[in-house]
Amino acid sequence: MRYLMFVVEDPARTDEDRSAAPEVEEFFDYVRAKGGWELAARLQPVESATTVRVQAGELLVTDGPFTESKEWIHGVAIFEAFDLDDAIEIASRNPHAYLGRIELRPIHSMGGLDD
Amino acid sequence: MVDPTDIAAEVTATLRSERVRLVAHLVRVTGELELAEDCVQDAAAAALVSWERDGVPHNPAAWLTTTARNRAIDHHRRRVAEARRLVRADDVRRPDEWADPERGTDPVDPLRLLYMCCHPALPMAGRVALTLKTVAGLSTLEIARAFLVSEDTMRRRLSRSRDKIRDAGISFRLPEPHRLRQRTADVMAVVYLTFNEGYSRTVRGHVRDDLVADALMLADLLVELLPDDAEVHGLRALLCLQASRQWSRVGPDGVPITMEEQDRTTWDGELIRQGLDSLALAQRLSGASPGPYRLQAEIAACHATAPSAGATDWIRIVDLYELLARVQPSPIIDLNRAIAIGFRDGPDAAIAQLATIQDVPGRATAHADFLRRAGRPDEALAMFRAALADASTDAEIQTIRRRIAGLLT
Repeated sequence: MRYLMFVVEDPARTDEDRSAAPEVEEFFDYVRAKGGWELAARLQPVESATTVRVQAGELLVTDGPFTESKEWIHGVAIFEAFDLDDAIEIASRNPHAYLGRIELRPIHSMGGLDD
Repeated sequence: MVDPTDIAAEVTATLRSERVRLVAHLVRVTGELELAEDCVQDAAAAALVSWERDGVPHNPAAWLTTTARNRAIDHHRRRVAEARRLVRADDVRRPDEWADPERGTDPVDPLRLLYMCCHPALPMAGRVALTLKTVAGLSTLEIARAFLVSEDTMRRRLSRSRDKIRDAGISFRLPEPHRLRQRTADVMAVVYLTFNEGYSRTVRGHVRDDLVADALMLADLLVELLPDDAEVHGLRALLCLQASRQWSRVGPDGVPITMEEQDRTTWDGELIRQGLDSLALAQRLSGASPGPYRLQAEIAACHATAPSAGATDWIRIVDLYELLARVQPSPIIDLNRAIAIGFRDGPDAAIAQLATIQDVPGRATAHADFLRRAGRPDEALAMFRAALADASTDAEIQTIRRRIAGLLT
């Protein structure tokens, strides 16, 4: 199964958690060795976000993200995992699991009954 | 021709002992929770007819397994026939792969089923409902009644959880060894919550009472599946010891009876014996590093073995609460420790202790009660009245009203 990993910041995390976070290189070594890592991207700060929609035939472009939140997505990744437990295991080694929070979303697959 | 009543009893008995293994096996075979349950249900219905006609088979469990598996294969064939119109046939797993007669049921499958139903990625209410439905075999209506929601609401809750299992990729497998302890704790939490739902609102004759029995059944299953886990034995001990008082906690009028006032001869001696046996196992397995369920069971055992409320070993209970607060800190445990200190050292000690802890449900009531015991009725009355405004459960409200009435006479 393929999963999308969102990384959000969490200002409530303690220094203790932060210092327990593994090095990002350690994490990338792990996912490289494991395989199935498709894409990872760090995003520019939320101030750079632009929201786009077409409404009643008109293009509306606004400044800022579409969610009203104190937590901003600042990274995404797409990867292949055996199942949710496997995906959780991968996410738990991401330093951002210590620095912030990680949301895992399964990616819809087009295909047969057994997907 | 066999007596149909005997056949029905035979089917029920086989299901009672084998159902979870059958369902777990069918989940492994079909990869679907609801289909697995339906196939087992169908097999039981078929058994009623077939066993009456041909006699009870030599191995009833194996008969049910084969029949349920055949139902699953039929179902899958139908679905494949439908699916062929939509997808390439190669993409659909062939049901013949399921039918391997050499493959018996795997004794670990029920455990896999439990870890799946109690997965932390599911909402707690969904875990409890799914475990009761799939593992304990309750009907949707029974679970709905126990949790005071409509059957429709419960059906949706169950189907949302099954959907999440399918869509999020929760697998039918054992957790990784380094996650086993946490995941087992998750399963135990579901069992304990189920128990408390029944136990905390005991009303004789109400369907909720069954939750206590269901939780005990699940605890028995856990003990069978994880015989080397000290906390699993601790959990079973705790449930048995608490359940032994289930019917002594409420009077015929529905008014709760405090442990102090309970008639100890009505406690269930068989459950106490089972609880103490499990506790002994938990102690042997965990040795000097007791977990929270074992510690709570030890406290429950102190009560269960005390000849009278007055002769309770409060010194040991306070010590146990202190250990418990260290392994599982919580304001509820602080409250219970403060109450235990009150029974050990007198009401003034409890009042002093209660002043230092966080305000949690039950704190004001306990405070008021120790004021009453300390011979300060006016302050007790004021505190009981304040507590009444915050009380949430019927039991608490009735207890407080009874105390207020007692102070006013």
